[in-house]
Parts: sequence; C-alpha cells; structure tokens
Amino acid sequence: MQIELQKRALPSSLMTWLSPALAITLTVLTGALMFGMLGFNPAQALYVYFIAPLLDSWSLQELVVKAAPLVLIGVGLSICYRSNNWNIGAEGQFTMGAILGSILPVVFYQWESPLTFPLMVALGALGGALFGAIPALLKNKFGANEILTSLMLTYVALLTLDYLVRGPWKNPEGFNFPESRLFSDAALAPSLIADSRMHIGALFAVIAVIAIFILFSRTLKGFEIRVLGATPRAGNFAGFSKERMILFAFMTSGALAGIAGIIEVAGPIGQLTPTISPGYGFTAIIVAFLGRLNPIGILFAGLLLALSYLGGEAAQIELGISEKTSKAFQGILLFYILACDTLIHYHVKFVSSKKKEAV
Amino acid sequence: MEILEAILITIVTASTPLLLAALGELVVERSGVLNLGVEGMMIMGAVCAFAVSLTTGNPYLGLVAGMLGGVVMSILFGFLTLTLVSNQVATGLALTLLGLGLSGMVGEGFVGTPGVKLAPLPIPGLVELPVIGRALFGQDPLFYLSVVLTIGTTWFLFKSRAGLIVRAVGENHGSAHALGYSVIKVRYLAVMFGGLCAGLAGAYLSLVYTSLWIENMTAGRGWIALALVVFASWLPKRLIIGAYLFGTVSILQFHAQGAGIGIPSQLLSALPYLATILALVFISRNRAVARANTPACLGLAFVPDR
Repeated sequence: MQIELQKRALPSSLMTWLSPALAITLTVLTGALMFGMLGFNPAQALYVYFIAPLLDSWSLQELVVKAAPLVLIGVGLSICYRSNNWNIGAEGQFTMGAILGSILPVVFYQWESPLTFPLMVALGALGGALFGAIPALLKNKFGANEILTSLMLTYVALLTLDYLVRGPWKNPEGFNFPESRLFSDAALAPSLIADSRMHIGALFAVIAVIAIFILFSRTLKGFEIRVLGATPRAGNFAGFSKERMILFAFMTSGALAGIAGIIEVAGPIGQLTPTISPGYGFTAIIVAFLGRLNPIGILFAGLLLALSYLGGEAAQIELGISEKTSKAFQGILLFYILACDTLIHYHVKFVSSKKKEAV
Repeated sequence: MEILEAILITIVTASTPLLLAALGELVVERSGVLNLGVEGMMIMGAVCAFAVSLTTGNPYLGLVAGMLGGVVMSILFGFLTLTLVSNQVATGLALTLLGLGLSGMVGEGFVGTPGVKLAPLPIPGLVELPVIGRALFGQDPLFYLSVVLTIGTTWFLFKSRAGLIVRAVGENHGSAHALGYSVIKVRYLAVMFGGLCAGLAGAYLSLVYTSLWIENMTAGRGWIALALVVFASWLPKRLIIGAYLFGTVSILQFHAQGAGIGIPSQLLSALPYLATILALVFISRNRAVARANTPACLGLAFVPDR
C-alpha cells in the first residue's frame, strides 16, 4: 500500500476548517488508546481530562487564566509564521518581559501608585520586544538563522531569571527561598470580577486578538505580511522591505509575549520565582498552528490547549495519571494538525503497490 | 598534569553526544531535509536507553533501544514531511515537543533511580600514554564509534556512489528524480540515519554522561547540534572541531566553579548558548562562504510527478 498525493487546483476551504477538527478527534482517540494502555478506563479518563473541567465555575475561570497567555503569545507568533519568520523563542521573550516589568515592584517596591501596573505592562512589552529584536537583527545583519538564535536566547533568558531570583532580587525577608519580594497591591494585575482569579490578562488577550485581526484584514501592513510570507520575490517587487518585516514581526510578537509574561507574574503568581511558565511559549506554537494562524482561530485554540493543562492537573489529582501526559498530548496534537493540513493542498490517495507495478 | 587529564576526559564526554547528533543531522541535511527535531529524537533515545538498560541490566540492550527510539521518531518525521509533504520546520518543532512530552511521561517512574553505566573500554597499551591516554583511549565504546562514524560519513558522502546520490538529491531533487533515483526513498534513509545518530547521542547522555534520567536532560544539545551543522558548513571533518569547541565551552563551567572563580554559575551555564549564537553570527556573516556548501534543496518539499 502506498500513499499518493495529487495537488488540488485550489486549497480546499472546507478542509482548512475541517482539518483542525479532524486533528483534535484523532488526538482524543489516541489519548483513549494511551489511557487504555496505561491501565485506566479510557472513557472515565477522557471525561476527567476534557469534560469535567468545563463543568464548574472555578475551573472555567482557571481555563481563562491559562488561555490568556497562550492566546497573547499565539497571535503574536501568527504574525511571525505568516511572514515566514520562525520565532520559536517566545518562552524567552515571555521571561524577559516578566523580568523587565518586575523592576518596578522588586527594585522600586516602595513606589505604589495607580500607574505602577500600567507602567509594568509597558516595561514588559518593551522587554519582550527588545529581546525579540535580537534574533531579528542578527538575521538582518549577519544572516544568522533565527530559529536557532531565538531558541538559544530562551535558555539565556531563563538563566537570567534564575540568577536574579537567587541573587540580587532575592526577597530579603524570604527565608532564603529563591523568590523575589511579593508584589505590592498596586503592582498586581486587577481582577476582572471581584474575588476571582480571573485577571485583566484575559482582556488583554481579547484586545490583542481584535487588533491583530484588524491588522491582517484591514491594513496595508497585514497585506505586506501575507505577501512577504507567501512570495518574498513579489513582496520585493512591491517595494516591501524584508528586513523591516523581520524586525516588525519579531518585535511585535516579542512585545505580546512580554506582556503575557509580566501579567503572569503580576497575576496568578504575584512574585518572581525561578519557573514562571509551564512552557507557555512553546505551547503557543501549537496554539498558533491549531488556530490556522488566524486570530479568531487562535482564541479558540488557546482555550483548548489551556484545557489540556487543566485536564492534566485534574487527571493527576483524581486518577493518578501523570500530569506529564498533557505535554505528550500537546505534541501529538501538533503532529496530527500538520498531517491533516496535507488535505488542504492535496488529494490523498491510497494505491496498492501491486496495482502500481501492473501499470 | 592530573588536572589537565581530568579536563581532557570531561571535554571528550561532553563533546561526543554533540558530535554524534550533529553527524546524523548533517547527512539528513545533505539529502535536502531539515529536521529540527534532533532534540526530540535525542531525548527519546535517552529515555529508551535508560529504561531498557535499567530493566534488563544490560547497557548494550539500552543502546539498541536508544537507537530504536531515535529511529522511530525519525520515521514519524519522515512520514509527515516526505509522504505527506508537511512543512519541515513546523514538523521538526512538533517532533521536539512530542519527544519532550513523551519522554517526560515515559521517564517519570525513573526520576532519581541510578541507572546502568556503560563501562569504558580501554585500549590496552595506548591508554597508558601520558595526558591524552585516558582521554582518547580509555573511553566508552560510543566515543570510538563517534570517531569511526565521522570518518565513515566523510568517506560515504564524498567517495562512495551512494553518497553522491544523497548529495545529488539534496542539491537538486528534480534532476535526481529525472535520472531515476527515488528522492523519497533516499531521504527516508537519510532521515532514519539522523534518527539513529540522535538516538545514540541521547543514549550517551543517559548511559555515559550522567547515568541518570532527568527530565529535559538534553538541555538544548539537539539544537546546538543543528547549529554545529551550519557552523561546520556541512562538512563532517569540521564537525569534529565544532563539537569539541562546544564541548569545551560547556564543560568549562564545571571546572571554573571547581576552581572557585567568582562568576555567577548561571552565566557559565549560559556560555554554550551564547557561544552558539556567536558561532552562527560568525559563520553566517560572509554569505558567500556560508552558502557555498548549503544543500540547494534544503527544506524544500518534493512531490514526484506521476
């Protein structure tokens, strides 16, 4: 048996939307198989993983809290991937945003004003954007591969954070734990609803989705992104600068990741710790692809991937299934998405080997 | 003298996994395929090798399992990128994320358990040589294999007919196809060789380098191996220089800490990553030189006309 591909005359618009659904279905089926092999009741495990978290208001809020950074980073990455710039260092930009934004509550901790939080967000965006600019500039000036440089910088950012919370930024009243000072009230992300964990990050995520949606569909810049991504030569003739686009894509996605970073520490965590992200920067890559690099799609994809984090925690508590399964699920999902995307551009035919030889 | 000897031994152990993984990727890229999933294949190799050697008590069975782990991952990658012509960059990333996730799941029960160490295989006589003796002739079998494999790959790529076909497929898949070579088959084999080498490199980490299973223990080595291929401008012999340069940088931190030099440990840990960036900048700076050996079809999809 062999698989043969035949190019479609036009990309199938039906498959464009059907392929993510197909990928999700296949992932769930694989998950059932995996749970069965691990000796759990597949139906019960899937229920705890994917359905139960949607049924009570606490987990629904938690879902939004976890989806916000994924969506923020994901829409930023969609600009990069649409323009054919492979930024895989969002985790680093997230961390740098968190570090720069935390200067106010950690170093200038006595200064409490209504301006503290907005300024922190601005600094977070700046930190992410500047850190994102490094691989862009190295690509523009020296032709250094942005995939590798942006990933290497992620390690540098994580080590910088580790150094700060264990060294100069360690809480003097923190019993020698590797943590910064607790953020003052003025430095904490405001809640959306009183007494809930749902914070302003969700609002930022929705605003980012709308802004990037308008950028793609209504502005010249959005057109430029698409042209330079699809056919760099045509973009060149149109007078669009490839170098400026690289810098724009990296700095914008860096800024969004930086905002996600500072909001994460000012929201759910409330201080700087050595680990501030369960891999949001990498999971957001999956979010971007599952959402078809489309801001609205990314919003839903972000919620789904947030569910996988939440389901992982629930499955660990209730069934004793390792939390690590959620990371495996995420990887499997991206694989299926990429495989199903073949259906958009090709007719897939199964040909038996014998028949082929006869021809 | 003894310090120098100790440093040399650690440099060799730090460099060998880089060399192994990069060697595999070099052949993959020579065939025109960019597999960014080295990290994922490597970590799967590490966890498979660790699990099997621990349960059977035989590190050589572990080695085989490590290779198999890498190869299975590479076949997954091949199926997506070669059969289903998915985007190679995205699929490579997916392979890395999948590998890190799966290995964390598989290895969870092994965290903190001491593993089986692959015993060194000293070469009688030569191991007695002063200074370099133990570093070069008192190592484990995988080190010798890495040297043999480097020489073998150079010979294969540039002196054998099969190697010529691999390079032809990487330079111009259209012409290679027109000449009657099966582009997809050649690429599958190259990708599987890459998986085998990455699996070996991972097995080296969990059987020789630490003989422990630690989640994410590859710590970016797969990505450094990818950078090394660029740094070596797709020539296996230059890979040795690159791998040992990076091995030295990454091992420096332990010796500097041991010597009590007052630099934050995190800065020392960041050195290999910073060095990778510097090396990439240095090698890519002159675009003509950087492109001279780049396979022309690197990363491009191929769908045979029928």
